[in-house]
Amino acid sequence: MVGEERRRRSLVLTIVGIIIAIYVLFPFYLVVMNSFKVQADIVASPIALKGVSFKQFITNLGAVINNSNFNFWRALFSSVVITVISLALLALFGAMAGWVISRNNKKKWATAIYMVFIASMIIPFQVVMLPLVSTFRDAGNFVGIPMLSTIPGIIFAYCGFGGAMTVFILTGFIKGVPYDLEEAAAIDGCSPEGTFFRIILPLLTPVLTTVTILNGMWIWNDYLLPSMLLGLNGKYKTLPVAVQAFVGSYVKQWDLILTAALLAIVPMIIIFLIAQKQIMNGMIEGAVKG
Amino acid sequence: MKANSSSRKLLSLLLLICGAVLFVYALILDFSRSGAKYRGAFLILGIVAIIAGLYFFPTLKYHRRIIYIIFLFPLLFTFAVTVIIPLCLGIYYSFTDWTGIQFTKFVGFENYTTMFSDPQFIWSILITFIFVVLNMVLVNVIAFLLALLCTNGIKGDGFFRAAYFLPNLIGGIVLGYIWQFVFNNVLINITKTSMLVQTKTAMIAIIVVYIWQYAGYIMLIYITGLTQIPGDVLEAAQIDGANPSQTLFQIKIPMIASTFTICTFLTLTSAFKQFDVNLALTGGTGSAQFMGKYLTSGTQMLALNIYNTAVSKNNYALGQAKAVLFFIILACVSLIQVRISNSKEVEL
Repeated sequence: MVGEERRRRSLVLTIVGIIIAIYVLFPFYLVVMNSFKVQADIVASPIALKGVSFKQFITNLGAVINNSNFNFWRALFSSVVITVISLALLALFGAMAGWVISRNNKKKWATAIYMVFIASMIIPFQVVMLPLVSTFRDAGNFVGIPMLSTIPGIIFAYCGFGGAMTVFILTGFIKGVPYDLEEAAAIDGCSPEGTFFRIILPLLTPVLTTVTILNGMWIWNDYLLPSMLLGLNGKYKTLPVAVQAFVGSYVKQWDLILTAALLAIVPMIIIFLIAQKQIMNGMIEGAVKG
Repeated sequence: MKANSSSRKLLSLLLLICGAVLFVYALILDFSRSGAKYRGAFLILGIVAIIAGLYFFPTLKYHRRIIYIIFLFPLLFTFAVTVIIPLCLGIYYSFTDWTGIQFTKFVGFENYTTMFSDPQFIWSILITFIFVVLNMVLVNVIAFLLALLCTNGIKGDGFFRAAYFLPNLIGGIVLGYIWQFVFNNVLINITKTSMLVQTKTAMIAIIVVYIWQYAGYIMLIYITGLTQIPGDVLEAAQIDGANPSQTLFQIKIPMIASTFTICTFLTLTSAFKQFDVNLALTGGTGSAQFMGKYLTSGTQMLALNIYNTAVSKNNYALGQAKAVLFFIILACVSLIQVRISNSKEVEL
């Protein structure tokens, strides 16, 4: 009897779950479906399968990819370069700084740096974005290294903004790595930098994965920072900026807008399908620690 | 530091001298406003050479200290240039008539008094607070219910978790436009007029989209909390005859109090800073009658208001002053929230 009841309950819950899942995934279905249609068919009936053709999808794709406001391949390339280099630098610099801070955590200067990092995590981007642009412009002009509308400039900014959270998570983890390991290495004649790169860094793999996922989700989807530093009409655009620039130029051309949206979300979905577990765990750990 | 100490010394000195020369030469070029193209490269090369010289510096006593400085330098430098300096400059500029490029005079608190005489701004603050409170409650309730659903022996829970989390992968701009399509072209068949036209329904629309994006993520955190409750506690409750609702309210919820703290904090801060969805979904449009004035940006929340004041209306000083106020509000609200919730679990 109990088993029967439990099975029925499980069935009801599963049905509820499926209904919610349909609701959650429905917009994705609409995006995919309507990328295969012409504008007229979309307006006539956005849900129906009528008018769906693969040929139309290719036409839409061609129109979107070659559009001068969207420039898909270029935007994808910029996004990938910016995200990958920022993530690599953040992981390396964050681990280096986190190691120094956690190995000197009894000293005043290390505590002070740590506290400044933690306090800065509450700073919203809005309060620094306007002076950031002027600082980057002026400093760039002054030293002769253009910082605005360039990829190195925005990577520099991401290192600065992601630094606090990265150091916070990494320091917490490194504190748990036994100091004996480093002492043993030092006795064997290993230099401090050698100890860090050969012993500590390999031990950090799990927490570096977490940090990279958190920063990656943020940098890949970020809109405000690239729109300020790269500009909506700049030489380089990340995908979110390109989508915004594209939609701004085509009011209500849904066949093209939805195809552009599809192109913008596909890379992330592919990565999610490959590394689903790591991404979900990384997001949880980041939240719990952060 | 054992072998070739003399060659090491030479290398170190050479690098330090070359680096210093390049660095100083680049700075001279900068200050003399020569505009030479290679001065940027000189500066970077100089700094790299100085760091390398320090690294090879033949000392046993200070080597560890030098390594610490080199290791801290990159992050502290980028952090100072991108966060600390702009923050200080920003607070400073908010008291001037800054135009985004330069300023001519101090205006004291004028920017701060101007913004409070603007009904649009006060309206933005109001709707932001309403939005934040509604979101904090709704996202947490829905996410918690989803978490209960996913941990209650449902079949294929892995699929459901991934599906509910999926919207969180997509940036606010893209999903804002996707939902604009949904509201304007699909749901319009049910609602007759688009929900995005009227201010009230447009705010509801923003909340719906926001929950759609964020609840899956918060759900994951609740699931983690719920699965960490020791099984024997639940078993003991069952033996003592606790019914499911008693188990939920008297055991599960108190035992994941720390998870509630984390989730309310996350939803609070992220809802407060909400910008992308607001921009893409409604662009801040919508009419409203407020303080005897007719407003045209009824759904413009605080973050978007700041952006529009500075970037669209080109009033940088006022926008910056609003941003400083935004920062103060956010800091106060977060501090109060952490105070109220049990902050024991937050490990520093």
